[in-house]
Amino acid sequence: MSDTATLSPASLGNAPYDVERVRQDFPILTRLVHERKGRPGKKLVYLDNGASAQKPRQVIDAMSHLLENDYANVHRGVHFLSQRSTDLYEGTRDKVAAFLNAPSRENIVFTRNATEAFNLLAQSWGRRFLKAGDAVVISWMEHHANIVPWQLLRDQIGIEIKVVPVLDNGSLDMAAYAQLLTDNVKLVSITHASNVLGTVNPAKRIAQLAHAKGIPVAFDGSQAAVHQPVDVQALDADFYVFTGHKLYGPTGIGVLYGKMEHLNAMPPWQGGGDMISTVSFAHTTYREAPYRFEAGTPAIVEGIGLGAAIDYVTALGMDAIHAHEQRLLAYATGRLSEIEGVRIIGTAPDKAAIISFTMDGIHPHDIGTLLDSRGVAVRVGRHCAEPLMDRFGVGATARASFAAYNTEAEVDALVDAVLATKSFFG
Amino acid sequence: MFDELRDLYQEVILDHGKNPRNFGKPESYNRTARGDNPMCGDKINVYLTVDGNGIIQDLRFDGRGCAISQASASLMTEILRGKPAAEAEALFEYFHDVCTKDDDEQGVHENLDEDATDKLAVLSGVREFPMRVKCATLAWHTMKAALHGDPVTSTENSAF
Repeated sequence: MSDTATLSPASLGNAPYDVERVRQDFPILTRLVHERKGRPGKKLVYLDNGASAQKPRQVIDAMSHLLENDYANVHRGVHFLSQRSTDLYEGTRDKVAAFLNAPSRENIVFTRNATEAFNLLAQSWGRRFLKAGDAVVISWMEHHANIVPWQLLRDQIGIEIKVVPVLDNGSLDMAAYAQLLTDNVKLVSITHASNVLGTVNPAKRIAQLAHAKGIPVAFDGSQAAVHQPVDVQALDADFYVFTGHKLYGPTGIGVLYGKMEHLNAMPPWQGGGDMISTVSFAHTTYREAPYRFEAGTPAIVEGIGLGAAIDYVTALGMDAIHAHEQRLLAYATGRLSEIEGVRIIGTAPDKAAIISFTMDGIHPHDIGTLLDSRGVAVRVGRHCAEPLMDRFGVGATARASFAAYNTEAEVDALVDAVLATKSFFG
Repeated sequence: MFDELRDLYQEVILDHGKNPRNFGKPESYNRTARGDNPMCGDKINVYLTVDGNGIIQDLRFDGRGCAISQASASLMTEILRGKPAAEAEALFEYFHDVCTKDDDEQGVHENLDEDATDKLAVLSGVREFPMRVKCATLAWHTMKAALHGDPVTSTENSAF
């Protein structure tokens, strides 16, 4: 255990989930917004966690502690601080491996974010193993991060992209999925949980069906891994992607998990320092996975921050976070459903704590501004999932997404703000 | 409710937002463009009929958007009908300043129709909401693109 992570979450122990103590770990949650001279601010009600989560003191301290005490470049120096930074940074690889229940630390490739992880997958694995006429199966509920990299590859080498439809309640159409797994499909790349609908897809079943045909499967865990425990071995995922900043960690650090048989067979995708074994002008050899995919000085501070974030959620317990958020989801769904004119987009039986909604006659952008005026921060727009918006016939939605520190009182604040919005435009 | 919010959503805006004037694709027109605001998904089409003397004889719009963008488009169609294309562009420059700058920081805008500038002033509330400026200017960007013969414009291609 490094001395950058000596602070434990306030709610450690076997006590019931104490959200008020969790909130004390997040300095930003006490601030007011929209303060003006002569006017008190509004209490922040942060429900935009699907876009990015706030950071606990433990993460902030780990990063500033590093910068004040242990910082140097990694994987290079023989000097004291370089070794120290390297140990801390590589320590995160162990923590991520444990967080995902990966077989080894070598399964973990660091990227800038989930988007870069998919680009790595497409450009390294895709260019090595796919050829013109091969197909990649994605779904209608993908974030653009799991659409556009495949379109770039399609334009480069002529692959086909097949899209699994979504049912009216926001569930994946599993019957259609099974039918799409034809002989030319060489990869399935599907989100574990939808950032818009909240739908948690049956990842294990998705993998089973694909594996039965010898097709590897990649999951976008950007939304799932922050809301519930993930076990990549139990899912039998070939690849699994998530990003640090939605998991209470910093921006600039993401993860691609891959089975070693895949990672070892994949060529580098970016060249430079740190990813090589030997370099000469005639011939360069590359390091083993995962390091061969990590060219250049990495996000050292952010990587160590992610390690602290994983320590934090692990101590709280992903099961406990999940149970807490599910209570909030049920409560918020019930209360919002009672409001006439509110339509919830995405009502699948298995959902992460994400609620997209529209209001009759009121554009989501106006909803966002009205909610914000009462301190309630939600995301409005297309959520980087334009095809899904079209599927549900909406140009945009408002989205409330919950985290470990949200409370029922904040759900009430959201509902009050929605009612006020309705009467304002009514 | 904040004063800024009342300034943003003045009665005129709520009215035009709910009941946009000159809404719908006309049977004939000779200039058109589509404007996209990728951030919020708003799309708008502007249809212009410009005569041989460069006078905007008719303009209409359709598409979907928030109260601000619909109201701004609606007001624009009322204001620009019968005006020379050159004045339409000058009014856009004025309107852009109204949306982004305090009164004492705005540039010099001479020889503009006072009725028009008064009408546009109701949208000055967006100044306090920088994220909403593009909502207010989308229709105007699209109108300008149509005048210049660009079929598609996007708010993401401009600073505002």
